Parts: sequence; C-alpha cells; structure tokens
Amino acid sequence: MVKHAKPKGFYDTFERKSSQGGPESETTHYCPGCGHGTVHKLIAEALEDFGIKDRTVFLSPVGCSVFAYYYFDTGNIQCSHGRAPAVGTGVIRSLDDAVVISYQGDGDLAGIGTAEIVHAANRGENMAVFFVNNAIYGMTGGQLAPTTLLGQETTTTPLGRLADREGGPIHMSEMLDALDGPAFIERTSLSNAAGVMKTRKAVRKALTNQVERRGFSFVEILSPCPVGWKLTPIQSRIWIKDNMETIFQVKRFRDREEGSRGTGRMPLMGDEELKELLGSDHGEEARKGENLETECRVKIAGFGGQGVMSAGVLLANTAIGEGLEATWLPSYGPEMRGGTANASVVISDEPVGSPVVNRPTTLLAMNGPSLDSLEDSVITGGLIVVNSSLINRKVRRDDVKVVYAPVSDMAAEAGFLKGANVVMLSLYLLEKGVPGIQTLKTVIPKSIKKKELVEVNLKLVKAAEEFHAS
Amino acid sequence: MSGNRVEVNQDLCKACRVCVETCPQHCLELGSAINALGYQAVRFDSVDCTACGMCFYVCPEPGALTVIKGEDA
Repeated sequence: MVKHAKPKGFYDTFERKSSQGGPESETTHYCPGCGHGTVHKLIAEALEDFGIKDRTVFLSPVGCSVFAYYYFDTGNIQCSHGRAPAVGTGVIRSLDDAVVISYQGDGDLAGIGTAEIVHAANRGENMAVFFVNNAIYGMTGGQLAPTTLLGQETTTTPLGRLADREGGPIHMSEMLDALDGPAFIERTSLSNAAGVMKTRKAVRKALTNQVERRGFSFVEILSPCPVGWKLTPIQSRIWIKDNMETIFQVKRFRDREEGSRGTGRMPLMGDEELKELLGSDHGEEARKGENLETECRVKIAGFGGQGVMSAGVLLANTAIGEGLEATWLPSYGPEMRGGTANASVVISDEPVGSPVVNRPTTLLAMNGPSLDSLEDSVITGGLIVVNSSLINRKVRRDDVKVVYAPVSDMAAEAGFLKGANVVMLSLYLLEKGVPGIQTLKTVIPKSIKKKELVEVNLKLVKAAEEFHAS
Repeated sequence: MSGNRVEVNQDLCKACRVCVETCPQHCLELGSAINALGYQAVRFDSVDCTACGMCFYVCPEPGALTVIKGEDA
C-alpha cells in the first residue's frame, strides 16, 4: 500500500522543461538539498488532502521560487517583486471563495516587499503567507538579505554582516506579531525531520484557517540554501540549527481562535445593488436586448480642469447603471489644473480584463494636444469626437469616423463652461447608442455631487441631443 | 519481514543525502550509479523500514521517493 507518494497538488509533469523530455520534466529546478522543494511538498500534500487545489490561487514571488507556477496544479499568478500580498488582496476581495497562498522568500517579503506584507497583515487580509527565510538572496547569487545574520558572509558582505553598516537581521514574525491584524503566526525550521513535521503542521494550520476564513496566517520557515551558504545539504541543516535558530526563535507566536480582527467576509456589492444605486429603469429598454459587439475602449483627453476625469466616471457609471461592465482608469500629472490628463474607460458585456487602453475604439478629444498625441492610436473604423471650439485643425486620418462639435461653446452658451465634458459624453452616447442617453439622465442626479449643478448638466445633455439631431 | 519499502526514482534523485541522514533505521544509502541529472542517486536496501515517511517529508523532490507499507505489517 502506497503510504507516501508525490502529492496530487503538483502537476504530473512540470512544463518548464517538459519539451526536453527526460527526468528534468519531473524534477524541480531547485538545487540539491534546497528547502523550497520540501515546503512545496508540504503545501502540495495539504492541497490534496483538503481538496482545495481547484479553488486555490498560488502567488509566486520573485526569487528562487519564481517558477512555483510550473509545479502547483492550482490557479497561479507570478507577482512583481515583493507585491504578492497586494496581488493576493485583490484576488481574495474579488474571488470570495478563493484560497490564497502567498509564497515568498526573505528578499521578496522582508526586503523589496516590506510595505506590502506589513499592510496586508495589518488588515488581517484573508490569505496564507509562507515565508521561506534562508537569510540570503539565493537566486541572484548569495547577496546580503534583510534576514542575513550578523557576521554572516555573503557576496556583498564578504567580511560578514555588520550591525553598524547593514543593520541587524529583521525578525518578520516578531514584527508582524506587533500588529493587531494577523490570526496566526508561527516560525518553524527545516533543520531536521522533527522541524519538517512541525512545519507540516503549521502549513496545514494556515491552510485550514484559509478554508475557514479566519484571516491572515503567516508561517515563517527557516530553510536551507546549501549553494548560497557554500555548505553541503547536511551541513546547511546543522547551520540552521546552530545559527539561525538561536537568532530566529522557533515558536508559535499567535493562534487566535476568533481569527483576524475584523475578518469576516466583506460585504460585497452585488450587480443588482449597484444597478439600483446608479439606477436606471431605462437601461434594458434602451438596449433592447442589444449587446455590445465589441468591448468599447474610450479615451477621454484634455486639459486638467476640463472635466476629463469626471466625464470618465460618468461614462463608467452610466454603463454600470445599464447593467454593463465598466472600468475607469485616470492618468494625469501632479497638477490639478492646466496639465494634460486623460481617462480610460472600458465598457463590455463581459467582466473587463484590463482597464488599460492603448488602442482606443473612441477618442474624445477636448483639446488640441490630446488630438495630436492620441489621433494615431485610435483603431481603424474607430470614432473621434473633436472639440471644435478649441481644435482648429481637422483629423488627418480617413479611416475613422469623425464628429466635430463645439462642445466648449455649447457649454458656455448654457452658462456653464465646465460642462463641456458632459456635452462631449452625451455626443458619444448618442453616436454609439449603448449605453443609452436616457440612462445618463438618470445617472447624473445620482453621480454628481453638487446637487445644484444637476439641472444645468441635464440642460447640456439636451443641448447635445439637439446638436446631434440637427 | 514487514515488506515496508521506499521506492527511489533513480532519475529524479539529486543526491542531497538528507533522507540518508534522516532515516532512523538507516535504510537508505548513496548509490554508485550516476543518473541522467549527474547525481549518484540514493538506494534503498533494507528490511528494517517502518514506512514512517520521514525520508519522504524531508526530501525536497516531489516525486523522488515513494513510501510503501507492506501488506503484512
């Protein structure tokens, strides 16, 4: 009877080198005796035993474990250096049911990503963090890491780490234990079999906490880097015992029965509530069951102060009010007025993958510089609406539809120059039909903060309708 | 005889020797043959195995060791 075999939390073959065939498609890339493989195995075993691999999102860091996505048969995201807890925050807040594992080394977690881990822990973010501490930057060749011991020789401290020069080793578990947020903090060690089994327990505890939604769990694992330390795998385990464990105390720091403070599922706003909030009864009617043919990627650009950002918000809200999916992404300089600014809005029937707009389907150009810089980026067959009050030239391209409208003059005529953005937005809706102009009219009173401006904005929508009809 | 044993996938072992040092029954040893990865893979040759699984857990390679408990154990 097979008692212990390769856990099912791993892929059968590891794609990284599978094209070459042979044993390399079934081994990890880790050096002989590396602790990562052992920790991977403990996690993979728990994923299998708990039956959670299909709802697990595994966050790979930058560092030796960067390739974890080749090994774990889960959802995988490879994160920017140190940012895994921030990525995990996004994942857990949008995928309510996900089991989030952030797997990080000491350079990644305690050096480059110090801020991310501290704040995620402080928020009691619902994730399990496995912090593999080997006191060195292993992947890049053994440089000083935040957790390097005093006196430890590395390639950047050939004479040993000196407190006066590099500071002392950072104790992450102790640091996070000073915060109110975490539910579970434990430091374990891979120095011997008993330590591995304790680590196994801690890993399973952290993942159980995940399944039970008990908040932020942090397991720091003292792990060997034989190659980086220039020791044999056996010597490196002794080195952990003799050196690391005396500096980094192996113990359970915290196990809160009630979980992280304030943890619990965050109230999620459902589509229906959102629709109600931005509310429109016209939505479905206006669309008449019509779907968007393609994702609409709109760039609204102009001077700061022309209402470019608020037009973007209004457009996104109008789309959402109509039951569509939408994102809004602002881009501007440090100045609130007078600089150039643009807003990217993506509208779709489907959830939007990326809010970034590089090739807009529509450009709403509020001023000359915006048209100059963005005209060429519009897709063939796209739409450009030109604020002819401020832009004297014509659009050079002949493969896009162009509408010229003196939106600034129209707004000024209505006695509200700042409303040029609403005129521009209205013209877009009238050109496209989806989302509908009726929806905008119901969204304006709910979306505009200064209530005394609601009326004049609705007047501007009407002016746009008249212009469009003429 | 218990029939307990450890199957070593000779191709996947990187010869770190951590299992050899860990096994309380001294059931594992470094072999002499060199595998495709260039390592002298570990060999299992013993009747004293208790199938405790220690070697499995300390081994950093996912698929190098499989621990089998004998039927009559």
